[in-house]
Amino acid sequence: MSSYRDAIRSALRQLMQEDERVFLMGEDVGNYGGAYAVSKGLLEEFGPERIRDTPLAESGFVGAGIGAALGGMRPIVEVMTVNFSLLALDQVVNNAATMRHMSGGQFEVPLVVRMATGGGKQIAAQHSHSLENWFAHVPGIKCLAPATVQDARDMVLQAVADPDPVFVFEHQLLYGMTGELDEEAAPADPWRAIVRRPGEDVTLIGWAGTLGKCLEAAEALAKEGVEAEVVDLRCLRPIDFPTLAASVTKTHRAVIVDEGWKTGGLAGELMAGLMERVFYELDGPIRRVCTAEVPIPYAKHMEDHALPTVERVVAAAKESLRG
Amino acid sequence: MVEAAAGEQLFTMPSLGADMEAGRLVAWKVGVGDAVKRGDIVAEVETEKGLIEVEVFADGVVRELLVEPGAKVPVGTALARIGGAAESGAAAGGEAETDGAGAGGAARVDVAYAPAAAPGSAPGEAIGEPVESVGETAYGAAPGKTKLDGAPSTPAARREAREKQLDVGGVRGSGSHGRVGLEDVRGAEGDAGGARVASAAATGARGEGSAAEAGRVRATPVARRRAEERGVDLGAVEGSGRDGVILLADVEKAPVGVTGPAKTKAASPAEAMRAAIGAAMARSKREIPHYYLTHTIDLGAAMSWLEARNADRPPTERVVPAALLVKATALALKKVPELNAWWTGSAAPPKAEVNVGVAISLRGGGLVAPAIPGTDQLGLDALMAAMSDVVERARRGALRASEMGSATVTVTSLGDRGVESVIPVIIPPQVAIVGFGTPSERPWVVDGEVVPRTLVTASVAGDHRVTDGHHGARLLARIEKLLQKPEKLDS
Repeated sequence: MSSYRDAIRSALRQLMQEDERVFLMGEDVGNYGGAYAVSKGLLEEFGPERIRDTPLAESGFVGAGIGAALGGMRPIVEVMTVNFSLLALDQVVNNAATMRHMSGGQFEVPLVVRMATGGGKQIAAQHSHSLENWFAHVPGIKCLAPATVQDARDMVLQAVADPDPVFVFEHQLLYGMTGELDEEAAPADPWRAIVRRPGEDVTLIGWAGTLGKCLEAAEALAKEGVEAEVVDLRCLRPIDFPTLAASVTKTHRAVIVDEGWKTGGLAGELMAGLMERVFYELDGPIRRVCTAEVPIPYAKHMEDHALPTVERVVAAAKESLRG
Repeated sequence: MVEAAAGEQLFTMPSLGADMEAGRLVAWKVGVGDAVKRGDIVAEVETEKGLIEVEVFADGVVRELLVEPGAKVPVGTALARIGGAAESGAAAGGEAETDGAGAGGAARVDVAYAPAAAPGSAPGEAIGEPVESVGETAYGAAPGKTKLDGAPSTPAARREAREKQLDVGGVRGSGSHGRVGLEDVRGAEGDAGGARVASAAATGARGEGSAAEAGRVRATPVARRRAEERGVDLGAVEGSGRDGVILLADVEKAPVGVTGPAKTKAASPAEAMRAAIGAAMARSKREIPHYYLTHTIDLGAAMSWLEARNADRPPTERVVPAALLVKATALALKKVPELNAWWTGSAAPPKAEVNVGVAISLRGGGLVAPAIPGTDQLGLDALMAAMSDVVERARRGALRASEMGSATVTVTSLGDRGVESVIPVIIPPQVAIVGFGTPSERPWVVDGEVVPRTLVTASVAGDHRVTDGHHGARLLARIEKLLQKPEKLDS
């Protein structure tokens, strides 16, 4: 058994042992061991050249990462939360995502940016949002959202192996989660969704922080005789529509569970993509369970109420059975 | 609508083929209080295809019989309540008329349907009095409850009528084609005559969710698509979703080809069967792009072997050439599984088991093709016995429900009609049918010499959406090869 946090550290350690071009930089990744203790111990092992603390200046150090990647390095940049990554959006959208295309393929940017995302820990609006959809909107980058301990390790490895900028979104509630970790296993294709639980009656689509809620909801539904199929989206860009469409073709119903806001969010994109592909398989409207359209509240009872809950997923699934 | 209470299951009128709309309950084989288990034959049902023994799919105790023998009801109608196995049926015993099962029920059956039990009688005679209005039965789900006669009606209208417990005899629809809408039912409420012409203005005040009134049936995309595939008229389907929306499940259990209550003409059983065959074959020819292949096969080795095998056996234990042909086809299909499949609307995944449907023409006219389960697994004697049994029961109208819808492929053999070959038509949802003409002695070239040989012309029709002629050719070649080593077919 290993934690999600340990699984990421295991990937970072292996990458740095195997390839001297790999280095980690970000706020508090060195002496403090990372805001979520992911890089704890790595400074002692690899030294300050390769585990680099940065100033509180996201645009600067993400830009430096892009430069290092262009210069032949394999930088892994940790951004403390997706909220802070907005400061680096210009570097991401205008530089990281465009270089390959604007240089006619002469330059590539093998940059990896890891960041925590999501709510549920009472750290209030400026540290709890889910803005993955901002990144998933942008052509030229890829976005991964590991929901399991195994994926946490595998996806970091595969992100670094990719020649283009890859963003890894780590849900902050998952860092302490434990699960099986096989460090020898051949990693699953990171760009494909995976059916985590087969079922016939309704498809529940989740990723990162919402996969567990989908699985819990499926258990609750099974007690009422409803067999839900749970699909872990895993990759937010590009979206693996063939796997989603195959599941919906089987069940004819879908509920998308997205911790982002509904308006302009990924859940809406998934609905539209499914509608374009398998409209004539649908036995009723696709449902969305999303976060309430408010800045995430600090107060626990309000935060709990704002985020998607297992109960809301169960209710939406049952509603979908009625067309 | 009859609903199951807690711990109960409903035993419903089964669909004994994609083209079945309704069936007549001929007799109960069980009574209230009887314990039943999955697979027990509990009732006899008469369809266009004859008299069929129907199995139950639940274990339990019969609590209540909901339909009297003689009643014709649509597919899906609740026929009986089956309680949990552990519970006693005694409590329910007193209130059911058919308590005790035997004498009363059986007597009624005997009077009304005696000919059905007589072997050898033509189906036309066997089937007794047919059919009230098919359309009406398809509509008036539970007898005695609300029904809307005479015109198509919208799901919302039917729901409204049902909820208000209205018995609206002659509501006049204001929608297109006289369709009865929600406003029509609302207008008819409290009107003793039950008939009223809704003014156009009255329909102006409809709220959200009653789009059905405008003549548009509310159905989900997949329900609409499946209805089209199956030839189901959505106007005749009751929606079980919110606000009466028609769901996929509603379409799948709906009768095929029902075009609304206007279809009131009573048909004789022979006519009904002809219509059912016509509907299935028209659908086949309309939807399935057939390809056809024929191949002449030398049966010399097979006939000699069979003759030797039959030589010292009494006539009842002899195997006829048709059994060899069926067995060879079943085994060949294991090598070409693409042809042993059901079309599901977008693909045809091969079936694991090979259940050959054997086409049997009935003496009174018409045709059935009941399945022989696991045909490829049967030795020749077992297969011969199964074929004789199914032919005998088909002709006396005693086929079982499980035999009627489970064929994965069909073999049609016109052996006793003397024709040379048959170009067959696929029975949906199957994707292939194999035909054999009459084996006959014809000139054949063997080693450069023209010699008389027993030959048979085999043919296959395949669904071009699923396979190509290549598959059909492989199948025929495989059948030919198998028939050259007949001893290998006997295991």
